[in-house]
Amino acid sequence: MGTLATSSFLVPKFLKAFETAGKLGAGNKVLVVLQLSGGNDGLNTVIPVRNDIYYRERPALGIDKSKTLTLSEEAGLHPELTCFKSLYDEGNLAILNNVGYPNPDRSHFRSMDIWQSASKSNEYKSSGWLGRWLDSQCEHCEKPTQALEIDDMLSLALSGEQMKGIALRDPARLYNASQDPFFKQILQSGNAHSANDTNSYLYQVMAETLSGADYIFAQSKLHPTNMVYPNTEIGRSLKTISSLICSDINTRVYYLSLGSFDTHVNQEGRQQKLFSDMNEAIKVFTSDLKSNHRFHEVMLITFSEFGRRVSQNASGGTDHGTANNMFLISGGLKKAGSLNGMPDLANLSEGDLQYNLDFKNVYATVLNKWLEADDSKILGGKYEYLDFV
Amino acid sequence: MISDQLKNQHLLWRAGFGPAADQQKQILKESPKKLFKSILESSRKDPVLFDMADPALKSLVMTASGSAFPQKRNLSPEEKKNIRTQSVLDIKALNIRWLQEMTESDAQLREKMSLFWHGHFASKTVNIFYDQALLNIIRQHALGNFRDLLYSVSKSASMIQFLNNNQNKKDHPNENFARELMELFTMGRGNYSEVDVKESARAFTGWGASLQGEFEFRKRQHDDGVKTFLGKTGNLSGEDVLDILLNNKQTAVFITRKIYRFFVNDQADESKVAELAERFYKSGYDIQKLMASIFSSDGFYNEENIGTHIKSPVEWLVGIRRQLPQEIENPDVQVLLQRLLGQVLFNPPNVAGWPGGKHWIDSSSLMLRLRVPQLIYSSDAILLKPKDDDDLMMGMKDVQQAVAKLRSGEIIRTRIHWDIFLDHFKDKPDAELFAAIQQLLLQSPTALSEPGMKKYMDLSGRNAMIQSAAIRFMSTPEYQLC
Repeated sequence: MGTLATSSFLVPKFLKAFETAGKLGAGNKVLVVLQLSGGNDGLNTVIPVRNDIYYRERPALGIDKSKTLTLSEEAGLHPELTCFKSLYDEGNLAILNNVGYPNPDRSHFRSMDIWQSASKSNEYKSSGWLGRWLDSQCEHCEKPTQALEIDDMLSLALSGEQMKGIALRDPARLYNASQDPFFKQILQSGNAHSANDTNSYLYQVMAETLSGADYIFAQSKLHPTNMVYPNTEIGRSLKTISSLICSDINTRVYYLSLGSFDTHVNQEGRQQKLFSDMNEAIKVFTSDLKSNHRFHEVMLITFSEFGRRVSQNASGGTDHGTANNMFLISGGLKKAGSLNGMPDLANLSEGDLQYNLDFKNVYATVLNKWLEADDSKILGGKYEYLDFV
Repeated sequence: MISDQLKNQHLLWRAGFGPAADQQKQILKESPKKLFKSILESSRKDPVLFDMADPALKSLVMTASGSAFPQKRNLSPEEKKNIRTQSVLDIKALNIRWLQEMTESDAQLREKMSLFWHGHFASKTVNIFYDQALLNIIRQHALGNFRDLLYSVSKSASMIQFLNNNQNKKDHPNENFARELMELFTMGRGNYSEVDVKESARAFTGWGASLQGEFEFRKRQHDDGVKTFLGKTGNLSGEDVLDILLNNKQTAVFITRKIYRFFVNDQADESKVAELAERFYKSGYDIQKLMASIFSSDGFYNEENIGTHIKSPVEWLVGIRRQLPQEIENPDVQVLLQRLLGQVLFNPPNVAGWPGGKHWIDSSSLMLRLRVPQLIYSSDAILLKPKDDDDLMMGMKDVQQAVAKLRSGEIIRTRIHWDIFLDHFKDKPDAELFAAIQQLLLQSPTALSEPGMKKYMDLSGRNAMIQSAAIRFMSTPEYQLC
């Protein structure tokens, strides 16, 4: 660490910040956001097992009650989600149904844009909700490692007006890419020129990336997990996240995606495979956190840009819909289980579920109660809190 | 004191996609005034319109009535999928064709202006005919009259589909187009009320497009009742609404400010914007005149405007191709780069277009930009995977694969014509080479030091030194600016 500049007077302010970044003290909560890309079919995730309309509209795709993992008289989980069922029984899983927003958009990109930027459907924001959280955290400090995405590209969600999270596939690869001596050379000689605002911005991002790469890599080696994670993309990503959570890194938000859930054709096999990958990885992840006594300080939430239509289509799949469910997983939930009612299939809008919980209420709750941030500033408005934390 | 060389390069970057390898003489010898005259002259010519639709797909769509593409219900799922895949492939070909035009055309200002309008009138379809027609409208009117441009875009099948005017009917008005027309295309927020949105949506009822892409006015779906829009009352038509918006000076201010931020400085100088907008309005929205005023003003060459603009991924990519003439053996790789860097032509993030400026840069995109020149130089692989585009894939993995080799591991295979680049420097004494290469490639002031940079250059010979220096300079944060 700290190899960027040879003499300390050359170290710019934003590099020094790393040396004093400080650890994430005990009691500091961590948020993991798992994005189910492509529009996961919520009705075949949390299945309304006593609803005739569901079985009538999905003669082929409907999942028989006997195959589901029973949550209550009304609801059963998709058969692959065995770990979610155990978490539910332990009181470490909460389910929110009918989550959405007014005037839903059925384009993947636009709807994802709305979820990631936390905008209204007729509003265009060029920053993400977690990026604005970073802005609010880091007005005077430079700790971009507070939010990390496990990916090659950074999502809008983690892109703020001032600050941006860092995207990486794995700490070693980021570190190796950052070790090019030429980059260190230009950083050392070039960044003295600060008269040009955009130029110094670029140097700042570069400096943060290179020192962030050093910092993240060093942290990832402190307490590498000894659990065996599945060798899938989500398995590898959660393994990285777990190792970082158990280190002294200052990261409070992790972001990762799984997909594609865009099941217009042959939904059954595709969703099954994705759920199996998700279930196996989260099973190891949660038991890893438990054995490291961090489970009560970590919350994993899932979301998708939209759910799918109630009726199956002619190709063994479902088309784009609207409201959907979210999972909240943590050892520190105040309230667990099914937090609101199952979707009302008798009261649809043009064949689609009607939302009755705005996702921004969930964000507000997480921002305020979990990350202890100023949610109304970040979301640009006041949204009532829910009581799961 | 800013040299004419720097001014000329500034002009070429802003009124186009940067200096081309064969413009060295012009850069060194001509006055900025004369250079702009020649740019404007070549940009006035009518553009060659693009036609990248697959012939088989075209005959399928264009065969009068009973044509297969439009009458989707007559098609098997397999046929629909093939048509869709072909259409998406053709849009990719159109993307690559346009990049080539930006790189090679003398009409630099027209193509740059077209890129501006492409982001301003952001639309996204998966129909090659619609995308292509809209781009051709934009390229034809890019330097023409904003009134004509606004009319043509509003009546294009692409926009009608993207903003749901097709579904805007008397009994069920759809406000999408009306709202964005005011918020994003003409006046900007804060200059109209929700009532204005509702009333103007009624005026646009009945506006539609045929499946072949022709504008259609469906009289029976049009609401011909009395509407009040921005203080005007009457049986207003869609055209009336466009005219009312154009007669409102705020439209000139909004468009001028956006143009100023795109071409001059992200931080708009409001007094200059007001002055330019006044002239733009008085000229009856003559875009060419507006651009001439901007590029001929002294202020354009002020220090605070030079080397302070973050190149968009397309500006950056085309700029490299112009400065280092090259043949790209696998042109698809340019789409992979666009995707990884966050600007895919014909695929804007939403109707507001690309936000630009600092939004282009995060740790991943910056590090990739810094590495690409080296990857080009040594034909190395890009080991990054872009995010899926579910709107394109429609749940079909094979469409994505057919569309582009958007996979990690893609190699940038190019042949750089170094002889043309090297020719720039043939008269330069060795001692001045480093400075000359830097002046050609960097628009922003820099603290990069010669001894520091030289450690990473190949000093085994003159040509090797020039080549490696060019690649190194292009791999700096400064090169991201123009």
